[in-house]
Amino acid sequence: MKQVLIIDDEPLARMVVLEYLQDYKDSINVIQECGDGFEGMKAIMQSQPDLIFLDVQMPKINGFEMLELLEQPPAVIFTTAFDEFAIKAFEAHAIDYLLKPFSKERFHKAVDKYLAQSGTPVQQQKQTESLLEEVATQSPVQHDRIVVKTGTKVKIIPVHDVIYLEADDDYVSVHTTEGSFLKNKTMSFFEKVLDVRQFVRVHRSYIVAIDQITRIDPYEKDSHIAILKSGAKIPVSKSGYVKLKQVLGI
Amino acid sequence: MSAPVSTFVNLRWGFVACGAIWTALQVYLIHSFGFNWYVAFTDSIISSVALAGACWLIDNTLRFYQPSKSSYLNLLIWCALLAGICLAISRFALPPLIHDGEYFVFVIKSLIIRYFTNFLAIGWMAMISLVWYAQQDNKENEKRKAEAEKLAKEAELYNLRQQLQPHFLFNSLNSINALIGFKPEEARKMIHQLSDFLRGTLKKDDQQQVTLNEELAHLQLYLDIEKVRFGHRLQTEISCDEQCRTAVMPPLLLQPVVENAIKFGLYDTTGDVVVSLRGEVDEGYLVIIVQNPYDPQTAKPRQGTGFGLSGMQRRLYLIYTRNDLVETYVNDNIFTTIIKIPQP
Repeated sequence: MKQVLIIDDEPLARMVVLEYLQDYKDSINVIQECGDGFEGMKAIMQSQPDLIFLDVQMPKINGFEMLELLEQPPAVIFTTAFDEFAIKAFEAHAIDYLLKPFSKERFHKAVDKYLAQSGTPVQQQKQTESLLEEVATQSPVQHDRIVVKTGTKVKIIPVHDVIYLEADDDYVSVHTTEGSFLKNKTMSFFEKVLDVRQFVRVHRSYIVAIDQITRIDPYEKDSHIAILKSGAKIPVSKSGYVKLKQVLGI
Repeated sequence: MSAPVSTFVNLRWGFVACGAIWTALQVYLIHSFGFNWYVAFTDSIISSVALAGACWLIDNTLRFYQPSKSSYLNLLIWCALLAGICLAISRFALPPLIHDGEYFVFVIKSLIIRYFTNFLAIGWMAMISLVWYAQQDNKENEKRKAEAEKLAKEAELYNLRQQLQPHFLFNSLNSINALIGFKPEEARKMIHQLSDFLRGTLKKDDQQQVTLNEELAHLQLYLDIEKVRFGHRLQTEISCDEQCRTAVMPPLLLQPVVENAIKFGLYDTTGDVVVSLRGEVDEGYLVIIVQNPYDPQTAKPRQGTGFGLSGMQRRLYLIYTRNDLVETYVNDNIFTTIIKIPQP
């Protein structure tokens, strides 16, 4: 029995999925319906579903941002009405999606496909991750903010509040004026996502907001140290220094 | 109004060159009357500098002030006056510098001819400036007109795209799809609402104004559909007094604004959302105030001037050539949009 969640902000849209799922009574159990990304995230963490039906455009945080917050996202079938950009991303990563309004036949095809290949969750997670990376680098909205999770709470950080990012094992620590937050992403992910005119990766483990730098001092042979407005001292590698000089035009 | 810098610099050098040639000619002329080079140079330089000053003055004035046809006579008087001042400078500044009785007589005798050459030179300068700046102005106007036309075309395209509203349309169809299963009567009703709404968007002519009443009826169709989609989460309050129901406005103006308000409200908050619209007539304006809840913590920065809002602002600019008809405020988690529509 597969455990399933439906996440969509329109009650009627959830009902369609629910109704169509009647045909899978023996193999699929709907645990819960959620009306927004916050609820969805909590429900997924609590009940660890096998599959979710996920709307893209939702209140507060969109479907992609919700997935980003999950350590191990479940398998996803996206549902969306019209989002040229998302559809391109789905197709590029061979991820199944349903265009509203969808027919029962189309729905069956998506669910059957999931049921047939559901033995390889690792591969699915990889697909989802690469999808999220593409969405984050391409989508205009997600350039502006970083969504993080502190405990069960979700925090939305506007990009211009970020002072610097620091690698922290498998995480990245996002340092802001309001404190630091962990995000389960890699440095290279942020290097791709953030605006190159605002942020520079000055070191293997550091990305700095350019407008936060007050001084760059030499430090040992071949390396420098950047001193930020907040007083933080950030190591700058040889190649990082070259990049910094390029961006600052010195 | 001002010419590009490069032509401006070129013109300035041209002006200096003309002055130099003028001075040289005068030196030669005075020298040919039998005065020595010192006298010829002093006389020419002083009277030419005075003349150049007058020319510069008239050119500068005309750059910033284009006289109407009826005040050309004033311009002529100004030229005559400036020529007189130049003459006075030559008359009173030169003799003390050159103590020579013969030269003094020459200055007095040449006053008339000096006056008329001054007058002609200044008049010629005035004419050239007049033509040049008028032409510059014309160019500028042409450019502005072309830009306005481009804007109008863009707005038309945007409107066309907006009319399709794919997101709204497909989500509504999806809702109908859901209703057909268990509430076929409501599904049928929603199909009718959706058709009426779409028909309403298609038949409207941008040039023709509609009454607020008609606009609100169209808006109601839209709101009814949205309410089916979002259920109890969306509530609306529409209020306006009797007299403003007959006030006129460009058609389909409010729907994008309300759509924006709903998006803000529904997408940035998770509770129930009340979108309110109030209309009133105030000193020759129809004033429409739309309010919606909003969460500054999560509202995406770029939505601040939402696509719907900037589109409407541009439309109002194209119709009324005014940029001050739309205002937005944020206060206590309430986003307010105020639209003023001039009444005929």
